[in-house]
Amino acid sequence: MPDTDELAAGFEAEFERTIAADQRIEPRDWMPDAYRRTLIRQIAQHAHSEIIGMQPEGNWILRAPSLRRKAILLAKVQDEAGHGMYLYAAAETLGVDREELTEKLIDSKQKYSSIFNYPTLSYADIGVIGWLVDGAAICNQVPLCRCSYGPYARAMIRICKEESFHQRQGYELLLAMVNGTEAQRAMVQESVDRWWWPSLMMFGPPDADSPNTQQSMAWGIKRHTNDELRQRFVDMTVPQAAALGVTLPDPDLRWNPERQAHDYGEPDWEEFKAVLAGSGPTNAQRLAHRRRAHENGAWVREAAQAYADKQAARSRKEAAA
Amino acid sequence: MSEDVTDLTAEGGRGAVPTTGVEAGAGERKRRSWPLYEVFVRGKRGLNHVHVGSLHAADDEMALHNARDVYTRRNEGVSIWVVRADHITASSPAEKDPFFAPAGDKVYRHPTFYAIPEEVPHL
Repeated sequence: MPDTDELAAGFEAEFERTIAADQRIEPRDWMPDAYRRTLIRQIAQHAHSEIIGMQPEGNWILRAPSLRRKAILLAKVQDEAGHGMYLYAAAETLGVDREELTEKLIDSKQKYSSIFNYPTLSYADIGVIGWLVDGAAICNQVPLCRCSYGPYARAMIRICKEESFHQRQGYELLLAMVNGTEAQRAMVQESVDRWWWPSLMMFGPPDADSPNTQQSMAWGIKRHTNDELRQRFVDMTVPQAAALGVTLPDPDLRWNPERQAHDYGEPDWEEFKAVLAGSGPTNAQRLAHRRRAHENGAWVREAAQAYADKQAARSRKEAAA
Repeated sequence: MSEDVTDLTAEGGRGAVPTTGVEAGAGERKRRSWPLYEVFVRGKRGLNHVHVGSLHAADDEMALHNARDVYTRRNEGVSIWVVRADHITASSPAEKDPFFAPAGDKVYRHPTFYAIPEEVPHL
């Protein structure tokens, strides 16, 4: 009979072999505690971001200018809820309870993406969020489809399929506006000016300030560094901005033929840290809204449970009779 | 600003989030939550139902409706099964090798085990 140390070493070797062979870790496999903790934290924060992300756009559903635009925006916001659900389901395979994750979010014990702490001030923001914010999310998320943890990778595949609609509807909306009046074009430019830098911040701090990246890459959770993904996003976005006829608000942005990539300016990392620390324009509002929605829904959850209990009791009684 | 927001990454997929000073572990459950259901979807006629994920619901009927809304918003299915997760019996990954061992050494169950002259057709 091998002792527990030997068993543990065997499990660990099996885990390392699976990762090295670029195969997937599945829920009931042995995994290091730190791997499990990292994934729970990452997937939960990702799920929270999807759920909180419904708010800035939900704000415009009733004010979207046509039935077509309302239907599109409603579908998109519903997708964000769905993405949150896929991700909570993936997190639960690691042994956490969904209810508990929701409580950690509304108690500010777990975070969500900094981007959702900026307000949506004009309808052009709906287009720009689809184009830039969802565009940046796609850059982050596509490599996660190959994440070493099976349930997370599979959730990401579903999500990425749906994100393409999100980005295209945003870009199409902006095309309609830039082909409209002078005032509409100005509205688009003003919105791009506000969202460009926060979108770049979505990739996280420069690699030199991102100490966890190496471990996450070694575990196959993360496939590219923050700066690599940010560069990819900038290079993808520049021609899209040109096609819209808008200016990206960065005087240092230019093509560098030696690097075969765009050089660009440094985001304001102090602002980024401040927003994450809770002093962004809408941090308090977002969390208060989420907390209120959770509390207002309590009676529905309780009523459904009471109904299920009553039905179960009734069928037990019938079975006994 | 506190120390705990200095470690940040974009690993949350949706964008950058702090990675230190954040609780992640499993704690005590406060109240009984709805049971967990596993969801299986048949993509189209002629295909098997395939596991797509899970969700919570108070009862079977609600599980079916939630599964429709969460997993088939774009005609991904023509049929859905929902099964309470605690009703599923699964093989143990720790015993994976002995459990599947009976099939491991029976190469003669595969067609490639049999050498047939190349000129013999349709075999």
